[in-house]
Amino acid sequence: MIRIEDLSVRLSTFRLESICLAVAAGEFFCLIGPTGAGKTVVLESVAGLISVDGGRISISSRDVTGLPPEHRRIGIVYQDSALFPHLTVEQNIRFGLRYHPEGNRFPAARLPSLVEQLALKPLLKRSVTHLSGGEKQRVALARALSVEPEVLLLDEPLSALDPNFREEIRDILKQIHEDTGITVLMVTHDFSEAQYLGQRAAVIREGKIEQTGTVEAVFNAPETPFVARFVGMKNLFPARFQGCRAELENFSLLVDAPPGEEKSCLAFRPEEVRLSRAGDSAGAGNGFSCRIEKILPRGVLSEVRLRAGNTPITAMVTTASLCRQGLAENDRIFAGVDAARLHVL
Amino acid sequence: MASSGVIVAFILLPLLQMVLEPSAELMAETAKDPDVIRAIGLSIWAAAAAAGISLVFGTPFAYLLSRKRFAGKKLLESVVDLPIMIPHPVIGIALLSIAGKNHWFGEILIEAGIRVMGSTVGIVAVMTFVGLPFYINAVKTGFDAVPVRTENVSRSLGASATATFFRVTFPLAWRSMVVGMIMCMARAISEFGAIVIVAYHPMVAPVMIYERFTAYGLKYSQPVAVWLIAVCLVLFLLLRVFSMREEAAA
Repeated sequence: MIRIEDLSVRLSTFRLESICLAVAAGEFFCLIGPTGAGKTVVLESVAGLISVDGGRISISSRDVTGLPPEHRRIGIVYQDSALFPHLTVEQNIRFGLRYHPEGNRFPAARLPSLVEQLALKPLLKRSVTHLSGGEKQRVALARALSVEPEVLLLDEPLSALDPNFREEIRDILKQIHEDTGITVLMVTHDFSEAQYLGQRAAVIREGKIEQTGTVEAVFNAPETPFVARFVGMKNLFPARFQGCRAELENFSLLVDAPPGEEKSCLAFRPEEVRLSRAGDSAGAGNGFSCRIEKILPRGVLSEVRLRAGNTPITAMVTTASLCRQGLAENDRIFAGVDAARLHVL
Repeated sequence: MASSGVIVAFILLPLLQMVLEPSAELMAETAKDPDVIRAIGLSIWAAAAAAGISLVFGTPFAYLLSRKRFAGKKLLESVVDLPIMIPHPVIGIALLSIAGKNHWFGEILIEAGIRVMGSTVGIVAVMTFVGLPFYINAVKTGFDAVPVRTENVSRSLGASATATFFRVTFPLAWRSMVVGMIMCMARAISEFGAIVIVAYHPMVAPVMIYERFTAYGLKYSQPVAVWLIAVCLVLFLLLRVFSMREEAAA
């Protein structure tokens, strides 16, 4: 549906290099990366809003590389909504109807149901300047969908919202995608958004794609240290492997199967670490002894900073289990991780 | 506190004195003087023409400066500001030096039957020269305040670049164009040094004030000056109110 081949863009302070992505028809695809990684540049290249220096972009098998944005049949929603401040809600939504290839009639007939779905009816005559963040984003979505685009481009649509609006818009996005089957390319820096909404994802870093795959695959099997950290594997260490044994600087752990020779890192999530006073019950014996440096309460869970020799390890455990075991800072304890929860890369 | 009082007094005292000094009869008499009416009329008319030219040619240029990044942009911006820096008589001399027949541009003008020296064309040219930077800077600031993303969304919805300008950019930036034109006109009407070199006749109001001052003294130049600022104030107040009312409505 969207095919990006060997895309390169050179801006004054930034460059995208040989980006290749394919988004299937009807797919919700997330492009994930930290601020400044080039996500929006990719999105705006697809939209035709910046000129590319190389490569090809096609939408529905049409080569659109040289087409201006108005001929690409796309809808775009920015994080700050970018509503037209001089127009009412209704005028915003109807803005693009006159350019629709089938004239005003066809999409206009769909408009009431769109307005209904996004609960915009009471707002139609209002000016957009005093709407809440959630309302603005609903208007922006209606405006983008009103022209029946072939692809919907979302640029961090949830980032500028308060937490409760964020959930509302997130659910609406999911609902719209399920109802209409529209192809979506969403840019985000928040992996949890991708997990909730996305089917496939790509992680981008400094203008290059690091990994592409299903959201689960990226989450569970990151291929590079950067992606591993990005999906929450805070504990990431260089390791030497001998059979199933991973030798780290200050301790060793057993992994499920002997890894390939090119592997040189071991990673695991803080949530996978279990703590105990006893020397053998935690992690089925697969663990190491360490000292609690700091306990940082985070509500239901607590972040526990551990140190084994000079290796810092982060664990997230329930605050209740900490209390139950009476663990405190400076205690020497045993930390364990299931072999199946260790990621080799 | 004391210093602000001094400053306000410094600005208002001479102006008040000038406005209050001429007698009512003298003011009435001056208002009937066809030369005065013609001079003030020419000042306003020519300044409006300069603002109109700035609107037509300056708007696309201001848009370019606001939206595009390119090598030499800073330099270009300095060029735009040059007319603000140059001493006014020098501007007159400079314009005349390309308008004569020993310059190719002057030759073209003469061929086309356009005279700059001592003509309304010359006055409008000077006024545009000195007013354009004010217009461009005001409008550029106005365009800067229109988020590029709203234009992007408009394009994505199917509007061409031109349609986007007229449906999104212009409605959001026209007020800065009005402000730019007011500033351009104000600057143009106040110009004396360059105009007196390019065109002593036909006489614009500042040249007439100068002439009456040198020929008859302060007393006879004051009424013209008062009428000039009165007409200008009314004009600018109208434009300002007009643009502010629209703002309140939006």
